[in-house]
Amino acid sequence: MARSQLSVKHLLGIKELQVSDIEIIFQTAAQFKTVLERSIKKVPSLKEITVVNLFFESSTRTRVSFELAAKRLSAELINFSASTSSVKKGETLLDTVQNILAMKVDVVVIRHPSPGAPHFLSTRIPAIIINAGDGAHEHPTQALLDCFTLQQKFGTLKGLKVAIIGDILHSRVALSNIWALTKLGAQVRLCGPSTLLPPYIESLGVTTSYELMDTLQWCDVANVLRIQHERQKGNYLPSLREYHQYFGITPEVLEKVRHPITILHPGPINRGVEISSEVADGPHSLILDQVLNGVAIRMAVLYLLAANPS
Amino acid sequence: MPSRELFLPQQLSYTLLRLAEQLKEKHENFASSCIIGIQPRGIYLARRIHRLLLDENITLPYGELDVTFHRDDYKIRSPLLPNATKIDFLITDKRVILVDDVLYTGRTVRAALDAILSFGRPALVELLVLVDRKRKRDLPIMANYVGIEIDSLDSERVTVEWQEIHGKDSVRIETRSF
Repeated sequence: MARSQLSVKHLLGIKELQVSDIEIIFQTAAQFKTVLERSIKKVPSLKEITVVNLFFESSTRTRVSFELAAKRLSAELINFSASTSSVKKGETLLDTVQNILAMKVDVVVIRHPSPGAPHFLSTRIPAIIINAGDGAHEHPTQALLDCFTLQQKFGTLKGLKVAIIGDILHSRVALSNIWALTKLGAQVRLCGPSTLLPPYIESLGVTTSYELMDTLQWCDVANVLRIQHERQKGNYLPSLREYHQYFGITPEVLEKVRHPITILHPGPINRGVEISSEVADGPHSLILDQVLNGVAIRMAVLYLLAANPS
Repeated sequence: MPSRELFLPQQLSYTLLRLAEQLKEKHENFASSCIIGIQPRGIYLARRIHRLLLDENITLPYGELDVTFHRDDYKIRSPLLPNATKIDFLITDKRVILVDDVLYTGRTVRAALDAILSFGRPALVELLVLVDRKRKRDLPIMANYVGIEIDSLDSERVTVEWQEIHGKDSVRIETRSF
């Protein structure tokens, strides 16, 4: 019988994971997905575990997804959002977390605007830390669910050509996806306006392009990203309309490409900017599969980390 | 590692036939019965028994159940990789025959009972095992159909291998090396 021990104690980023870890997570998630299709969608695996959702940034999908994942595993769950807490009164991150931990919490799921916040906590507090997005750094569960969705569709990621299109510079989804896709053997090309493609990114083993048509002709899969206005401090784009004209994925653009392209989008979608409604809701879109797989992946991550014997 | 076969050649197939006969005795026409193998090792025995019944034109639904997520020992040892659960029929009001290769502490069966209930409310659940390591139970669980009963020590281990995956049928007890 194969054991399924991960090589890590926390999920801080995809960079720290080994390929075998990703495979274990996928194998476990595939079984949790079947649990989600039953009439009783709950298993008692983590009934002794308490999970806190610590969100210092807004989120819909990730937060609800982690909440549902914890509940499907029978764990106790506390939701914490910075906007309604004592963080507003000046409490530091470490103090906030230590106070919550004093109430006996086993797992901390954290989203924070500062890159490295989960890493910082993991060295200072005795709980399992799961990174649910730290600034423009990593968003590991999103990359895992994107790759899991592709693996379920294509069988393997080896040799698959995946384009990540949009605001690469400000995107933690892009960085985590680059790590995950390259580890699993996919070819990755980044595409976007020159202002939103960070220099030297090719050192991560990817190619870059400023040409949308070229990229679409090349790829099997397009992972379309949102323009992150909230993180942009400079003027990176003349206008959203211009961005849409050059980089928006529309039925007209896809018609010029001879082969079908599978569409991923991590959400939230800005319809009419990076992608049109017809494409987002079209037959080649896996956007809603991603959401369902997100719950299964987060169940697997919670289960595998919390079930590690201490 | 010193080991000893629990069945003589041919004896295992007679035992499997006997188990199938005992099921026929209890389930008469198998109208509302189903057979479910417990992953990962119980499925081979379940498939054999299902096959033997099929050879006599007795058809009944067959499923496989993984109990990994229902185990209670994940804090003591690292978790097992989950296997596939495949039950594509309704459990409700069925007479369920759970099948596993070895019955030891009873904890796997406890988890299986828990898992089966998330598929519905069976009319009845029975347990069929090939090897019953009696007097080693942690829980009040016993099998309805038993291939062979043995006395064993905690330091011993019972290994069941099947022609289909291991190349030959073998049921042996061995002393664990530490």
